[in-house]
Amino acid sequence: MSGLSIENLSMRFDLPNGTSVQALKDVTLSIKEGEIMSVLGPSGCGKTTLLNIVAGFLAPTDGQVVMNGHRVSGPDAERGMVFQQGALFEWMSVRDNVSFGPRMAGQRERDWAGNVDHLLDVVGLRDFKEKAVYELSGGMQQRVALARCLANDPDVILMDEPLGALDALTREKMQSLVLRLWKETGKTIILITHSVEEALLLGERLLVMAPRPGRIHREYNLPFADLGVGQDLREVKKHPDFALRREEILGMIWDMEEEIMGRQEQSA
Amino acid sequence: MIVLAIYVAIFIASFVIVKFAVHKATTDYTSLKTVTFGDESAVTPNRIASVISILTIFLLWGAFTGSRLVPGFMHAPGPFMGDATFTYTAEAEGGTTDDATVTVRVFEVGTEVEMPEVAPGDGWAKNDVDTVGAWRSGLIRVDRNDELGRDQGHTVIAVNGTPIAPGGSVMTEFGRVGMSQKGTLNFEPAKGWQMEPIWLPPPEAVLARVGEIAREGYRDSTLWEHLGYSLFRVVVGFFFGALVGIPLGYAMGLSNWFRGWFDPIVEFMRPVPPLALIPLVIIWAGIGEVGKIILLFLAALWIMAIAARSGVSGVAISKVHAAYSLGASKWQLMRYVIVPNSLPEIFTGARVAMGVCWGTVVAAELVAAEKGAGMMIMVASKFQLTDIVIMGIILIGVIGFGIDILMRWAEKTLVPWKGRI
Ligand SMILES: Nc1ncnc2c1ncn2[C@@H]1O[C@H](COP(=O)(O)OP(=O)(O)O)[C@@H](O)[C@H]1O
Ligand SMILES: [Mg+2]
Repeated sequence: MSGLSIENLSMRFDLPNGTSVQALKDVTLSIKEGEIMSVLGPSGCGKTTLLNIVAGFLAPTDGQVVMNGHRVSGPDAERGMVFQQGALFEWMSVRDNVSFGPRMAGQRERDWAGNVDHLLDVVGLRDFKEKAVYELSGGMQQRVALARCLANDPDVILMDEPLGALDALTREKMQSLVLRLWKETGKTIILITHSVEEALLLGERLLVMAPRPGRIHREYNLPFADLGVGQDLREVKKHPDFALRREEILGMIWDMEEEIMGRQEQSA
Repeated sequence: MIVLAIYVAIFIASFVIVKFAVHKATTDYTSLKTVTFGDESAVTPNRIASVISILTIFLLWGAFTGSRLVPGFMHAPGPFMGDATFTYTAEAEGGTTDDATVTVRVFEVGTEVEMPEVAPGDGWAKNDVDTVGAWRSGLIRVDRNDELGRDQGHTVIAVNGTPIAPGGSVMTEFGRVGMSQKGTLNFEPAKGWQMEPIWLPPPEAVLARVGEIAREGYRDSTLWEHLGYSLFRVVVGFFFGALVGIPLGYAMGLSNWFRGWFDPIVEFMRPVPPLALIPLVIIWAGIGEVGKIILLFLAALWIMAIAARSGVSGVAISKVHAAYSLGASKWQLMRYVIVPNSLPEIFTGARVAMGVCWGTVVAAELVAAEKGAGMMIMVASKFQLTDIVIMGIILIGVIGFGIDILMRWAEKTLVPWKGRI
């Protein structure tokens, strides 16, 4: 069975002061191959924790993640990750960063050079391949991170607020790029964001999570990701359903935030 | 005090002059800033000030040592040299008083000197002659050639017409004439404001010493051998310190057991100044090369271990995660992520370690050594060879500075991403 399934996942952090935080409770979910899913929710609802478990950086206290028919027990090249701040290697050029995965796998340069150059073309960094990564702008660094992830040819790409640190204009361009790459490569993508618009634009499926304990609150199936491929995203946002969904989800998250605030005031 | 006052005066005067004479010709971004006071990034060292600062130091040095490199009119008043004269009035039994002149030739210490020749003069008190070195003083037995000596109750009652008594003194234009408790005169020629060469030799004397020692050597070794030995000890000690310290630091950054085992040792040894280890190292290893290198090894070891440890701890967890997700093995993570990521910290540590090693080697050589920069100045100081001492200090400073420049350059070429993440 290919694809990814998350089964009854729970995660509890025991804090040194004796209390514990239930970051995730009984999360079950399956993602088909080639699907792009966005995850939304107030901060602290366990989005990062969920992604870290799927990536294999954390072991859940309960439940399991099954990928391509086997249980996930650690990080692996089949699950690529894109972080909020690139997490690029400053001591390597753009090209060395992008070719990191193939090189670690022991491939020879002539085997990966073509693909790496192609990916640098796709993300528009052909002229920067010999540059040091710290000489690039934030948006360019994020494109290097995307290319680096794709060069390793993972089955699933996990993104934790990958565009969160970018300015609005760059962000919009990057959203188009993500959609294009998704269509061209057919990868399975899970993308965490705290922007409702981004979640709507980039999610065939949209997961809204609720906090304390972290759990799935609602799920949507949306047409916007497909519409956005090869189209100006501003056109997509003009779609009447888009505004409707946005207001609905915004309201939902507002209510959750208010509930959190109320609880904090009570306990204070 | 006078020197400090002159120094401050030059500081202020040159500031005012440069401020009015040099209009800012630069048109960089900083010159467009309206708020500069309080904006640290707008403060850059004024190179004119640096040049004047260095010139001032040499000027003051030259002026107060009577250097030939500084024009004569800028010299601080030097010690009196030449023939000094004063008259004394003596009294002897019989109540008669008589005057006579004393001529003292003041000469530069270390040069040949001849007695001045004067006529004996009339009366029973005869004119006297004597010699005294500059910055020194000498007893002058004026009664010795007089017709009435001490047996006749010869006593000096005045100098240059000013009455004088045992324990008192009279200032003349050539210096101070004092009288001891027993009534003997002594003469101390005016010292002026310049420093005696034995305290502070003029710059050209130091320069000449550099030339001489570079050519002929000092204590059986040439200057380059002395400096070379010191440098050699530093490089070897630092090399072994880094060779052991860096892997130790990595191990401490990567393994609980290593961290636990070495933490107490490293944390204890870190605050112990390497200088405090000198006596123990001498007891154990003697004053030869081995002892010096062990000392420098220990000085560099802890610094490098701590630098490597914090280099490992400083790696962003997202980079480690990224590498694993891209399929890196533990060994590859070490080789391609942990080690390069720790290089900036290691370079910072290396710079500190090099500085500490250089200071430690000089100190160790001051205590005991057969060769080396520190030994050279220590031995020279015992023989009051101030010019060698000053030369040594300047060379030690220059080499220390050179080492730091070299390390900074290496850092810039090898870890260009430092501070730019
Ligand atoms: N390593 C950890 N130790 C203790 N608590 C943690 C840890 N990681 C996350 N948490 C807690 O788990 C909850 C979920 O965190 P996270 O997954 O980062 O949320 P999100 O990414 O949605 O903002 C938060 O309450 C957070 O405080
Ligand atoms: Mg998060």
